[in-house]
Amino acid sequence: MNALDLIWMIPVFPLLGAAVMLLLGRRLDPQGVSPQALSDALRAELAAGGPPADHHHHPDNHGGHAAHHDPAHHDPAHHDPAHHAAPASRGLVGIICAGCVLLSLLLSILATVQLAALSPRSHEVILYDWIAALPMALTNGQVATLNAQLGFLLDPLSAVMILTVTGISFLIHIYSIGYMQHDGGYYRFFGYLNLFVFFMLLLVLANNYLLLFVGWEGVGLCSYLLIGFYFHKKSAGDAGNKAFLVNRIGDAGFLLATMLLFVTFGTVRFTEVNAAVAAQGDALALTAWGSVAVICFLYFFASTGKSAQFPLFVWLPDAMEGPTPVSALIHAATMVTAGVYLVARSNALFRLAPEVSIIVATVGAATALLAASIALVQTDIKRVLAYSTVSQLGFMFLALGVGAYWVAVFHLFTHAYFKALLFLGSGSVIHAMGGQQDMRHMGALRDKIPTTFRTMFIGSLAIAGIPGLAGFFSKDEILWQTVSSPLGSQLLYAVGLGTAALTAFYMWRMMFLTFYGEARMDAHTAAHVHESPAVMTVPLLVLAAGSILVGWLGVPKVFSALPPLFHSFEHWLEPVTSPALLAAHDAHAHAEHHDHAALEWALMALSVGIALAGIALARWLYLVRTDLPERLQAAAPGLYRLLWNKWFLDDIYNSLFVRGLTLGGGRLMSTVDRRVVDGGVNGAGWLTKAVSSLSMWWDTYIIDGIVRLTAFTLRVVSIPVRLAQSGSVQGYALAIVVGILVLMGIYGRN
Amino acid sequence: MDSLLSLVLLTPLMGMLVLLCLPSANQQAIRLAANIVGLVGFLVSLPLAFRFDANAAGYQFVENIDWIPFLGARYHLGLDGISLLLVMLTTLTGFLAILSSWNAVTDRIKSYYAMLLLLQTGMIGVFLSLDFFLFYVFWEIVLVPMYFLIGVWGGPRKLYAAIKFFLYTLTGSVLMLIAMLVLYFQYHQEFGVYSFGIQELLRISLPAATQQWVFWLLFVGFAIKVPMFPFHTWLPDAHTEAPTAGSVILAAVLLKMGAYGFIRFSLPLLPDAANTALIVQVVVTLSLVGILYGALVSLVQKDWKKLVAYSSVSHLGFCTLGIFSLNPNGLAGSIIQQVNHGISTGMLFLIVGVIYERRHTRDIAEYGGLAHVMPRFATVFAFAMLSSAGLPMLNGFVGEFTILQGAFERNPLWAALGVIGIVLGAAYLLWLFQRTMLGQVTNRKNLGLADLSLREMAIFAPLIVWALWIGIYPKPYFDVLKQPVSQIVERVRPGVYPVPSGVRSVEAATR
Repeated sequence: MNALDLIWMIPVFPLLGAAVMLLLGRRLDPQGVSPQALSDALRAELAAGGPPADHHHHPDNHGGHAAHHDPAHHDPAHHDPAHHAAPASRGLVGIICAGCVLLSLLLSILATVQLAALSPRSHEVILYDWIAALPMALTNGQVATLNAQLGFLLDPLSAVMILTVTGISFLIHIYSIGYMQHDGGYYRFFGYLNLFVFFMLLLVLANNYLLLFVGWEGVGLCSYLLIGFYFHKKSAGDAGNKAFLVNRIGDAGFLLATMLLFVTFGTVRFTEVNAAVAAQGDALALTAWGSVAVICFLYFFASTGKSAQFPLFVWLPDAMEGPTPVSALIHAATMVTAGVYLVARSNALFRLAPEVSIIVATVGAATALLAASIALVQTDIKRVLAYSTVSQLGFMFLALGVGAYWVAVFHLFTHAYFKALLFLGSGSVIHAMGGQQDMRHMGALRDKIPTTFRTMFIGSLAIAGIPGLAGFFSKDEILWQTVSSPLGSQLLYAVGLGTAALTAFYMWRMMFLTFYGEARMDAHTAAHVHESPAVMTVPLLVLAAGSILVGWLGVPKVFSALPPLFHSFEHWLEPVTSPALLAAHDAHAHAEHHDHAALEWALMALSVGIALAGIALARWLYLVRTDLPERLQAAAPGLYRLLWNKWFLDDIYNSLFVRGLTLGGGRLMSTVDRRVVDGGVNGAGWLTKAVSSLSMWWDTYIIDGIVRLTAFTLRVVSIPVRLAQSGSVQGYALAIVVGILVLMGIYGRN
Repeated sequence: MDSLLSLVLLTPLMGMLVLLCLPSANQQAIRLAANIVGLVGFLVSLPLAFRFDANAAGYQFVENIDWIPFLGARYHLGLDGISLLLVMLTTLTGFLAILSSWNAVTDRIKSYYAMLLLLQTGMIGVFLSLDFFLFYVFWEIVLVPMYFLIGVWGGPRKLYAAIKFFLYTLTGSVLMLIAMLVLYFQYHQEFGVYSFGIQELLRISLPAATQQWVFWLLFVGFAIKVPMFPFHTWLPDAHTEAPTAGSVILAAVLLKMGAYGFIRFSLPLLPDAANTALIVQVVVTLSLVGILYGALVSLVQKDWKKLVAYSSVSHLGFCTLGIFSLNPNGLAGSIIQQVNHGISTGMLFLIVGVIYERRHTRDIAEYGGLAHVMPRFATVFAFAMLSSAGLPMLNGFVGEFTILQGAFERNPLWAALGVIGIVLGAAYLLWLFQRTMLGQVTNRKNLGLADLSLREMAIFAPLIVWALWIGIYPKPYFDVLKQPVSQIVERVRPGVYPVPSGVRSVEAATR
């Protein structure tokens, strides 16, 4: 079987799964309106006043299903078997959806194996012309046709992405079968999840920017749907809206970048853009802030939305309103790395725009530090991980900014494992705690949920950068590149190193608060703490294995004794991240690496030392001297408030953009519309009416008055005549007789 | 001579006459008859799509006979890619509007359906006429049934809305009439005969200054219909007060008459004026203001229907922006976006209609949590919202992106401002969706609401399919637009873009 020609099927499987769920899922998993769907006031009203007036029309709506259950509000009573007597067909939901992702995973593996045998390692499948519009004039005076295909490109970069996406997705689907067991809308959850996988695979397999944008928007949509999954909660709806809208701001940049790309190169297909860049070469980069730099800047701006970087990262922590598997899959392992993928995919353009690369590195480093600082004081276990994700994404952008594209992708790859692990682990903790997410009410869970503890232990070591685990290799390579790259600087390195120290600290603060020390939960919760079922712990174990092993694919070059397999990640990505025309330059860089071997060893030791110090400090503060954190907090209240309020960025955005410009502008415009624009129209109408009333008055009293005056005058003048003309025949006869008699009298006298 | 166009044009009118012969008392028969006529009207228009040759230049299915000889007015019908799309939009949404009225209208239903059918013929006539006089007659015919639909079957402020609609549009029509007569007499002066034929009028050579003021006369007429800022204030009232079917037709088709007027008359008849820097700047500025202004005003509406109405101002701003980008993609995108707006906004009005039929209020604050009670309805609403917000792989994106690419080509700033409209578009729609569909059910009146019925699903289904088709495979749409759009652009800005093979310029075709 030639899997390479079938790569378009990879996204199709989950699409089918989603279609089945969203069209037929309700039949597999029937449910009605849950009690939680009603507001407290309405529930009270109904309890007092009996069923609603027309209740009998729709008995289904009040079926007693224990639907729509948020684990955050888990009631232990629901573990009573009678309460989760879900229909047998419900099991089918999870099997279908996980099965679809498994098919994609298998096909991805097959295609990647076949890709490895190709030379060059690149394979494009074009299904049809999608947006096949009309001619347009390019900036260089030529005319090209606006065209974007529905086409798929498998190359080393997209191969890494599809393996990561399908692999992690499959594990999270399995985990969700257990985790979502008690929730209503089971089919809806899995349908959205499969739809997400479809769009994510479309994103990474697209052969052009416009189709990539389809996936880009699609994953945003699924993120919106899944953040708002518990949509009876207003906070969930708000968080979904925020995520979608903040991303839309970034998307505006994406659209403008794509338009500029079109009028600059006449195409948005990756292979053609890269060929054009190779052909025109440095001519494109001659002037600072030329078209290419603007394109790069706009794509990077788009990435700050999707990948939660400053200034658009504010949506990601709120996105934790979604179910925890969603946080693991979408808001940690896959979707949020789309921006990193986009920049890595566009590396040929970014190489021509060093002025933008500096911005990328600076924003990445700043976001890493900012988010890590906020993570220090968070008390919600998922929020710690959310800020940690923002911070780690900052590391990836730092790598991209200093031109270490493969390292960024490598960190994306390792991060997917340990961050998915940590999120799923936190989900297992929350599950055990009956919905409690606040670490101040945890503690001493180590022995009660041992598998969760052990796997999270590995994940926390990995993210802290302890040698031998995945995070160490990728993070250390980023730090090294920050120093050694011509685009790097000591300041960026210092920020990166400081952030690494903070990372080790806040992650282990989380670990100590959750698993060590004394139990701080109430007795009721404590009694119900239990390890998750195997369907949830097996994915944790697999991810834990990954968090140890995958880093060994990119061992630093100073370990020159190791066989090539240990350096294979960089080599695999070379065709994409180090195109042929730069090979010579890179060979030079390779030589340099060896010259700096001593420095590299020293820096490695430094970063390991600082990670250990971070862990030790966390242990001291949260295990030994547990009174100190509060005293520190009291000693620097301003700093604490700043961090606790997330540097006040949400408040600033809210008052400035949401309430100020948008809603304020809307209200102002609405008033203008009523008073001024329509006021003019109504005014004209009023004026017309006024004028016509005036005319009416003039008509009635003046014109008509004159007419009637004339009539009146004539009437007065004519009174004598009218008196004579009475119209009475007898009168006339009398007059005639009298007249005759008078005449006879006059003439008869003669 | 093929008389397919006459068949499409006159089917609703004939149906109306049949309907008028039915006894008023038999409401069920009237309903059924009207729906059948609507369906037949759509079915007879289908062969247009199948038999249309996208590669042929000029008009197809042409019918051209004498009508009023002493005026030179002719019964001249023809179809090109532009009118094809708009006619198909009209016949489909016209049928769906009739279908949506089944339970919504109970008062004087015979006259109601008669008005809808008369309206249908008027609108089809506008898109098919190749004679300015005939066009004008249909343009005015449309006014009358719409006035009655709003004024008789409308909401509480129906009289105000109906009169406002009538006067606004009539003002535009009068100015348009003057412009038409200028062209008419100019033609007589140059060629010695009287003619209203669009193809004939292309041959006149007006001095640039005259072209400009004729342009402004036509502009006001069309801009009111579109409606462009600041001529839009009749729209929220008319939309809000009209019965659902009226709003659907108003949004889906009637507004397109204005944009069609620009494309069919203003650009080709007055090419020098249309390409004047001042005119382009003014019209584009008004379009951009309309996009942002409409979106911002939508954001703060408390009335569900009014919100959708203002969103139309924003969406139509994209259409006029595309037209006055004066390049192939801007124009083609604009026409596709007109169809898209018909589909998406048509759906949004149908959605308001569904809920209004059940609860008799349009106040957004009355709702909340409906997704719990009416999940199918919420799904359809979500689809319409995403289509309207321009989510890729749905129809709206194709139109918006193509328009913006066209605008970008002329001036990147236009596209940058237009993109802000897309961001705001998502904002008002998502917020509306959240306030009505999500959260908890807070009002007990919403608890017993019935989900979409089979008939209601049948109304939405074709629109959903159409939205997906345009989003996933828009190529056929660009194909049918290639010829007419290239001709218009060639006429306004000759020599900038390659003209597709087999196309003679419009002038050459008529000489």
